[in-house]
Amino acid sequence: MDMMFLAQVGSTSTEILISKIVDGLALGAVYALLALGFVIIYKATQVLSFAHGALSAVGAYLVSYFAVVWNIGGRVAGGAPQTIQFFISAIVGIAAAAVVGIVIERLFIRPMIGQPIFSIAMITIGLDIMLRTIGNDFIGQGANRSLGQTSLATGDTIGAPWGLTNFDLGGITIPHSYLATIVVAVFAMVGLALFFRSRTGIAMRATAFDQEAAMAQGISAGRIFALAWGIGAALAAIGGAFAAIPPRNFGVNNFTAFIALRAFPAIILGGLDSIIGAVVGGFAIGLAEVLTGHYLASFTDTIGIGFNTIVPYLLMLLVLVVKPYGLFGTPEIRRV
Amino acid sequence: MRGRPLLYTQYEDEQALLPSMTRKVMVAVLFAVALTIPFQLIPGLDFLASSGWLILLNRALIFAIGALGLNILVGLAGQVSLGHAFFMGVGAYAAVYLGGEASGSQIGLGLPIWIWLPAAGIAAALVGIIVAPTSVRVRGLYLAIVTLGLVFIGEHIFRNWSSLAGPAELGRVWPALEFRFWKEETALIDFDSDGVWFGIELLKEAKIFFLMLVLAALFTVLAKNLARTRIGRSFAAIRDRDIAAEVMGVADAKAKTQAFAISSFYAGIAGALLASVVGRLPPEQWSLFLSVQFVAIVLIGGAGTVAGVLLGSFFVVLLPRLVENLSGVLAHSAEGDGWFQPIADFFVARSTDDFGLVFLGADGPGLTTDQLNAVLYGLLIALFLIFEPLGLFGIWIRIRNYWKGWPFTY
Repeated sequence: MDMMFLAQVGSTSTEILISKIVDGLALGAVYALLALGFVIIYKATQVLSFAHGALSAVGAYLVSYFAVVWNIGGRVAGGAPQTIQFFISAIVGIAAAAVVGIVIERLFIRPMIGQPIFSIAMITIGLDIMLRTIGNDFIGQGANRSLGQTSLATGDTIGAPWGLTNFDLGGITIPHSYLATIVVAVFAMVGLALFFRSRTGIAMRATAFDQEAAMAQGISAGRIFALAWGIGAALAAIGGAFAAIPPRNFGVNNFTAFIALRAFPAIILGGLDSIIGAVVGGFAIGLAEVLTGHYLASFTDTIGIGFNTIVPYLLMLLVLVVKPYGLFGTPEIRRV
Repeated sequence: MRGRPLLYTQYEDEQALLPSMTRKVMVAVLFAVALTIPFQLIPGLDFLASSGWLILLNRALIFAIGALGLNILVGLAGQVSLGHAFFMGVGAYAAVYLGGEASGSQIGLGLPIWIWLPAAGIAAALVGIIVAPTSVRVRGLYLAIVTLGLVFIGEHIFRNWSSLAGPAELGRVWPALEFRFWKEETALIDFDSDGVWFGIELLKEAKIFFLMLVLAALFTVLAKNLARTRIGRSFAAIRDRDIAAEVMGVADAKAKTQAFAISSFYAGIAGALLASVVGRLPPEQWSLFLSVQFVAIVLIGGAGTVAGVLLGSFFVVLLPRLVENLSGVLAHSAEGDGWFQPIADFFVARSTDDFGLVFLGADGPGLTTDQLNAVLYGLLIALFLIFEPLGLFGIWIRIRNYWKGWPFTY
């Protein structure tokens, strides 16, 4: 799945390390975005959403649909640079994904308020199977066959403008798309931090802290739940879209949904209910996955092919043995 | 105390496996009916004797064994696990190492079934005990994700250990279900080929069906009995309130480890049986989806109830066949001209440019039957949990209570 197109011929080991770190940070940014979505939904509604993988794939598909098939950016702002056009289409796609999230919350999660948390988690597994199957039917076998896009050379199956272009810093090559991923993720995080200081954001924090007290203050808990799912789904769509652009992947495919499963270790590593933990965990997991993938490549006889994809889980187990509630999670106080 | 089924005068009566005469009779009748299935004695059930249906029934019985194990962990001890597929894989590969034939680069000792089948369970239980320290420390949703991690780590190991698991996407051949004392040439009891037993000609699926029926019955009794032992009670105490249980002297970590071990034992047996009956399985078989299927069985059937879990296994295993038949019927009606035709036509796409939710061909508009299966499956899990948290067992209770008070509503 992961294709490395980094030119490494003639690079020194430091230069390779730097480009690998950027690669890891970009992958970490994707995980961090997905993990943030998990954590926001968990904090606001106490639901661990296993449907996040499907939401990210559906979101990425929606982005590519609005960018490639409908070309909304081109219709609205024909003369603008391609990047602007893509961002306009992407925002429409992300908004559509948020609507999907809100509809899911209203139909399947709202009736379950007050039920055991694992029953709700199981519902999201059911939703994941459903959404993933329907999404995959639209996506089709292989990369974006249903969109009629086969232009692997330019790699624009999702409509992203960066293609396979690189920054070349004398030995260190950094794909434009990686930088874009990191920049967008940082913007999303800053945006979220600002959002939590706004009136609605404070209402959401209050609801997460104590639902009843928040309702007594006139906050509509239902609206906050819907908002949390909307934001979660939007973040999943951004994460999914950036996971699907070259050189990491060429378009949305049937495996896009599985990337979010590796964001699970990120949230556990950071702690289920910690926003900072999600970001730190996401970047840590991304870096670990890319760096082990590169530096342990010569040991495949002993550790097996694709060892880097299970490094997140091993890291998670290791951290949990030491800290059962993750690095930044709130420990549950138990007294006997 | 005839006519007053809820009145118990003795503690032993209340603790009995089948507390009332009605239940004893019902279970006996059900078991007897199940035994007659391969002989086509009962008119309405004779279609079940075909090899296709028997394969499905065998699969359902094997899934029932595995699900009973998960039910001990989830329903009885209240520990959420998504790692059942991993333990099934461990059991299956222990079986193939002990019972399988060594060939080429693949290892195998070729031992008889009375060694490899119990060993599959024991190996899985041991692995359960080994991973328990990480699982016992974490609680609730953290545990669900830790066990999810186990499935991925396990899949990686199975996929790369080709001398044990065979090549990726192909797998290796599991030992057949044949009973031998040691490695003699002809098997003492051969479940794996058609033949004559006591003068009756039987399909090999029918023979396996009898074996699975007996094994499933055995494990059902064991599971039901466990709930009333000291260990089973300590599980229930941990589930209901772990701090209170600790205060009363139940060792938390010990009980959880025991629950993991027992549940993994069941999983190991089910994994070995599943692999042996199918014959050849790829290492990718032991994936998250299998785990989800088992969690679905437990939740759809009704967590914590043995009867519900048995119902759930048949429901989940037979669902694909039902959906297939249903879409076949729908496609048939969409072609005809009855009153049902427009409704069926809405659901079924008859040609590549017709609208419909389902398309019976390989590639066209709408979902394939496999995809429809998956969608229905996910939808059922969600709807069951929303509308009937007690699952199929809850529906049964409701029906029973309705008739108990009939003609009054309560």
